[in-house]
Amino acid sequence: MPFDVFLNVAVAGVLTGLVYGLMALGLSVIFGVVRVVNFAHGEMMTIAMYLAVVLFSSFHLDPLVMLVPIAAVLFAFGYVLQAGLINRFVTRPEHSQFLLLVALGIIIVNTLLIVFGPDARTVQTSYAYDSFQLGPLIVDATKLYAGAAALIVAALLFAFFRFTLIGKAVRACADNYTGALVIGLNVGRLYALTFGLGAACVGAAGTMMTLIIDVTPSVGPTYTLLAFIIVVTGGLGSMPGALIAGVLIGLTEALAGLLFTPSAKSMFAFGILVLVLLFRPQGILGTRRS
Amino acid sequence: MTALLSLNAVSKRFRGLVALDRVSFEVPEGAIYAVIGPNGAGKTTLFNVIAGVLAPDDGAITFAGEPIAGSTADAVCRRGIARTFQLVRPFAALSVEDNVIVGALLRRRDVAAARRRAQELLQRVELFDKRHQLASALTAPDRKRLELARALATEPRLLLLDETMAGLRPTETDRMVAFLKDINRDSGLTILLIEHVMRAVMALAMRVLVLDHGTAIAEGTPAAIAHDPAVVQSYLGAEPA
Amino acid sequence: MISRMCNGVPPRTMALLGALLAAFLAAPWVANDYLLTVLIFILYLAYTGQAWNIMMGFAGQFSLGHAIYVGLGAYVAALLFTRFGIGPWIGLLAAIAVAAACGAIIGFLAFRFNVAGVYFAILTIAFAEFARLGFDHLDVVNASAGLFLPVAQYAHNDLWRLRGDPTMFYYVILAATVAAFILCRMLLHSRMGYFWLAIREDEQAARAAGIDTFRYKMYAVMISAAVTSFGGVFYAFFYNNLFPEQVFNISNSVEIILGPVIGGIGTLFGPILGAFVLTGLAESLNSVLAAFGLDLPGAKQVFYGVCLLLVVVALPEGVWPPLARRFGLKRGVQ
Repeated sequence: MPFDVFLNVAVAGVLTGLVYGLMALGLSVIFGVVRVVNFAHGEMMTIAMYLAVVLFSSFHLDPLVMLVPIAAVLFAFGYVLQAGLINRFVTRPEHSQFLLLVALGIIIVNTLLIVFGPDARTVQTSYAYDSFQLGPLIVDATKLYAGAAALIVAALLFAFFRFTLIGKAVRACADNYTGALVIGLNVGRLYALTFGLGAACVGAAGTMMTLIIDVTPSVGPTYTLLAFIIVVTGGLGSMPGALIAGVLIGLTEALAGLLFTPSAKSMFAFGILVLVLLFRPQGILGTRRS
Repeated sequence: MTALLSLNAVSKRFRGLVALDRVSFEVPEGAIYAVIGPNGAGKTTLFNVIAGVLAPDDGAITFAGEPIAGSTADAVCRRGIARTFQLVRPFAALSVEDNVIVGALLRRRDVAAARRRAQELLQRVELFDKRHQLASALTAPDRKRLELARALATEPRLLLLDETMAGLRPTETDRMVAFLKDINRDSGLTILLIEHVMRAVMALAMRVLVLDHGTAIAEGTPAAIAHDPAVVQSYLGAEPA
Repeated sequence: MISRMCNGVPPRTMALLGALLAAFLAAPWVANDYLLTVLIFILYLAYTGQAWNIMMGFAGQFSLGHAIYVGLGAYVAALLFTRFGIGPWIGLLAAIAVAAACGAIIGFLAFRFNVAGVYFAILTIAFAEFARLGFDHLDVVNASAGLFLPVAQYAHNDLWRLRGDPTMFYYVILAATVAAFILCRMLLHSRMGYFWLAIREDEQAARAAGIDTFRYKMYAVMISAAVTSFGGVFYAFFYNNLFPEQVFNISNSVEIILGPVIGGIGTLFGPILGAFVLTGLAESLNSVLAAFGLDLPGAKQVFYGVCLLLVVVALPEGVWPPLARRFGLKRGVQ
């Protein structure tokens, strides 16, 4: 196999991986703070993808422009969900939380199925077939834009947690729930805000994802699993870990698709998940859980 | 009396912090032996090391003539060491009786026989009338007695009690002291207890070990310990006269 | 033996059980083909739900990948039948062995490496998905093209080869459900059952009571897997076609757990009641929609989702425990 083919596929994998990373970042932020595993994560992403499809077919908005309103809508969705429902489940047993979100995921997937039908929908941008050439390297425009946008959104999120007062308050909640209550933080509202931010990440990622793949209602569960794989690999709750593992998984999938058969590429991702769970359960960048 | 349990230079470190520093002592068969010390002295670590929850970094633990250091918690229990937890951990969604049956099944294969044994023990700890309640519905003192019954049901030769008196009112403490004295006398059960309630220690213990910052600073009869200058200083922070 | 089994069961519960069994035995005389198919599906869910309950409800190990045991059971028996002409009952023995071995591998890895709680659930999903993708590329089972059992009209029901009309399949799955119920009751009241409950409630306290938690968790996974595998064998011979995409699908795993979750995790009646309530309501919904001339492919699943949501929010114990308390169907507390 010529080396430049290999390189092209690797670069495409890394760019897709950045979008994966942004999606997983949402899951990781939610888990890191609220301590609830969002089992409807991929399903929430399909909501964003269908929003993008509808906005594109109605107003011909470019996905890069739609990113902002769609992330905002998903933020509101996540905020209301956490404030209205999940906050009551924070102290319930793990399996109870899990089932709540499984239920939500089932409802989302099948509502989308009823509304949009089982056929694949796409966003056909004017630059869908453009590419940039850099020496031997040919990069799809869509993947480049998607990867760059994902990186920018992730950077904004890091900045939020690092530099703003609210971001610091959220981190305080994550470190010490009781302590946060004691010093008078409104933990319920901060949790809602966090879930909203996680949902916004997945909203942005979903919008970018329409540049890369077609959307059907059934991709939801697949991407929930993918988000899990990435987050567990990177370390549940670790933000940089999610991004790095996203890139790693994107790269693995791309190369596995090239070297073996494309339909078996997810097997490698699951293989990585099993190995990580067994030998490094805290993930690449996570801290050891007790 | 021969030693049922003996520790020889047992050490345990957590990331450089020394929780137990070459602790040695012997608990004679049939004794009631107390471990006291200020908070953070390493008492609970000591229990966890003996009970197999933690493996010691160094040193030997011998129970009934056999080394047990590094065994798992369940293996230690099967050899005959039962324990209670400082924060009680009953099986919340099971009935009081079922909690004790679980313990009694360790040495019995037959559930009916285990139930009979559980009922005897529940009578002894005065929980028989509440045997059909959920464990989660019990008051804190009742839960302590339930946990004691569950531990006794495994038919131990050595019972480890982690602050069983904490949070009990004085009358309840006296009841518990009397109960422990009874089972020690009747069945010759050896008891090793961690205790903050000095009243109980003085009434129960034949010998006392004092831990401070992971080190054994004194060992002896309760009366001797009470007058040991090192102990007085560690407890009361007294200036050397 | 029978009198011992009934020991301590309130007479009302015995009466209810008797009436239920009589109704089920009589059902084929009054039910039409459609209703019979629905009942078969209900019993299939009740059976697999009961099997899942051994692991989660009794021993507290949350599996979200039970489709793997259904799939393995189905494929092993179907493969032996189509390739070597080996009947399903012999095939079942092989299916049980394979499923239990698979459960043992998952359990061993998880419990040795301390993969617990949500991580354990994710691990079980990962294995099921791995199997789905693997079988999709496995030529010996026709990969994604699917494995088909020969369907022919039989002059009479052949119970030994599981070829026949729906009524025969109905009685087979009914017998299996009754057997699973009895097995679970025996397990729950056995020494191992007590140890499982202790592990479910507090693993560290269980170890302090001398229970070898690793060993008993392994038993739970292996028994649950083995019992589930018959569900797969039944699935293969009833539906006569197997696609990895369907059998190993995560939605299949979710469907298995819905019955016990809605009925009551860890209870014996929960899986049966839950399967009944869920499928009964979903089929009624379908009939109503059909009456209005609506054909909505996802409607049943949305309904499942809403039911699950309502139960998890409003009745965290499931439907059965409050009912049992209200009508005095339970002895003391459990």
